[in-house]
Amino acid sequence: MREEAARVTASMVRLVGDFDVAEDVVQDAIVEALEHWPREGIPDAPAAWLLTVARRKGIDRLRREARHRQKIALLEAPPPMTTLPDDRLDLIFTCCHPALARDAQVALTLRSVLGLTTGEIARAFLVPEATLAQRIVRAKRKIVGAHIALRRPDVRELSDRLGEVLAVLYLVFNEGYLASGPDRASRRDLAEDAEWLTSLLVRLMPDEPEPLGLLALMRLHLARAAARFDERGRLVLLKDQDRSTWDRDRIADAVRLIERAGALRRTGPYQLQAAIAALHCEAASHDVTDWPQIVRLYDVLVGMTNGSAVVRLNRAIALGEVAGPEPALRAVSELASELDRYHLYHATRAELLRGLGRHDEAREADRRALELTDNPAERVLLEERIDR
Amino acid sequence: MKYVLLLCDSDRSTYMHQTPAEAQKTFGAITAWWGEKAQRKVILGGEQLASPDKATTVRSVGGRSVVTDGPFIEAKESIGGYALVEVPDLDAAIALAKEWNGLLPGSTVEVRPLHEGEGM
Repeated sequence: MREEAARVTASMVRLVGDFDVAEDVVQDAIVEALEHWPREGIPDAPAAWLLTVARRKGIDRLRREARHRQKIALLEAPPPMTTLPDDRLDLIFTCCHPALARDAQVALTLRSVLGLTTGEIARAFLVPEATLAQRIVRAKRKIVGAHIALRRPDVRELSDRLGEVLAVLYLVFNEGYLASGPDRASRRDLAEDAEWLTSLLVRLMPDEPEPLGLLALMRLHLARAAARFDERGRLVLLKDQDRSTWDRDRIADAVRLIERAGALRRTGPYQLQAAIAALHCEAASHDVTDWPQIVRLYDVLVGMTNGSAVVRLNRAIALGEVAGPEPALRAVSELASELDRYHLYHATRAELLRGLGRHDEAREADRRALELTDNPAERVLLEERIDR
Repeated sequence: MKYVLLLCDSDRSTYMHQTPAEAQKTFGAITAWWGEKAQRKVILGGEQLASPDKATTVRSVGGRSVVTDGPFIEAKESIGGYALVEVPDLDAAIALAKEWNGLLPGSTVEVRPLHEGEGM
């Protein structure tokens, strides 16, 4: 139903040019479907059925508002019954338009493409429902007020705009993947939602390598999920993880995606991150990981991301494995001003200082990291390191 | 759809450090660009403003008007001019703003639609 609903919503948004009307009539059509289909059986072309009903309701609705003559004409034109044009790509790109703030892009994508309710999204991100609802209202107002067109971008803009979409999807994934603590059970699995959306993007843009890269990256993270927490629910760092619990089939599947992307001969940041993750996943242990190759991949990634401080931080960690804590600490210290508010910067410094026997400074750095994170599992880990 | 492009300069604006010959080239490129857009009725109007040190601010405070020297925002960025444009949608307006960035490296452009509803 989710797939069908998204496709129908996308088509209706294109036809009526209005998010709210489109969503309302699709919702009404779904309600009708849920009443009729159990009795009469699911139709052969469910999306076409939903669209027909949605169009009819759209016509009724717009007729009441007399100024929509043109739109009514569009709705009344008989739809092609065999294949539904896929407008979902247009919808995804619109929801992720750079003129919208990141949190608005996230909320709108989850609402319009995935069909989550405002309540579900609010609970998943741990914000009050009213806040989330306001965020979506404002985003729609911006789309209408600034005339953001409801279509996919030009070829010239595609690379930048695709970058925005992938950033949104990865943000949703991380929100779900890094979540931990007692609320976990009642929260939606955003990681699963992000993975579904990314696989949809791959299906809709089969010739683009970066969505493949992101999907591979997500699947490599998920393949290792079983090892991330111990039996007491505490975070386990990569170097301490029980690699026998990693899902080898999922890893192999993700590697195939990376190879598929590679064949398209246009590298990019998500493909690189996936390649780095794959090197970890294929190593039998932390020590036999191909660290020099990882450093080389990070070198490219640094260039590609205009010297992103977080990327340079991750590179420094890998450098530490190759050249020891001293050069790594030097590399990390260069990031002081940019990453002072980032807890992982301080946590990384702490590990490196500990490697050099500078335990008091290490503890100080861990304390700083603790001040900067709310994540319960990370806090437990940091507190234990400080107390040791 | 109509938008106003607020064309802003900052201390990053490269033209501030150009030689007279380079500045002449920049000015020529801008004039050509503007002319082409105006001819195609993409740009409907607009002006270059005098430098911010020639600005005067008139502010309503506590029911009175207070007149002071200088632009209304004390900031590193200042409004250098504006363009009223008519284009199909926001992406087209953004494309124009990007072209302006290309003509004047270091510039910032605010793209804002006109107020909906009955005009003033």
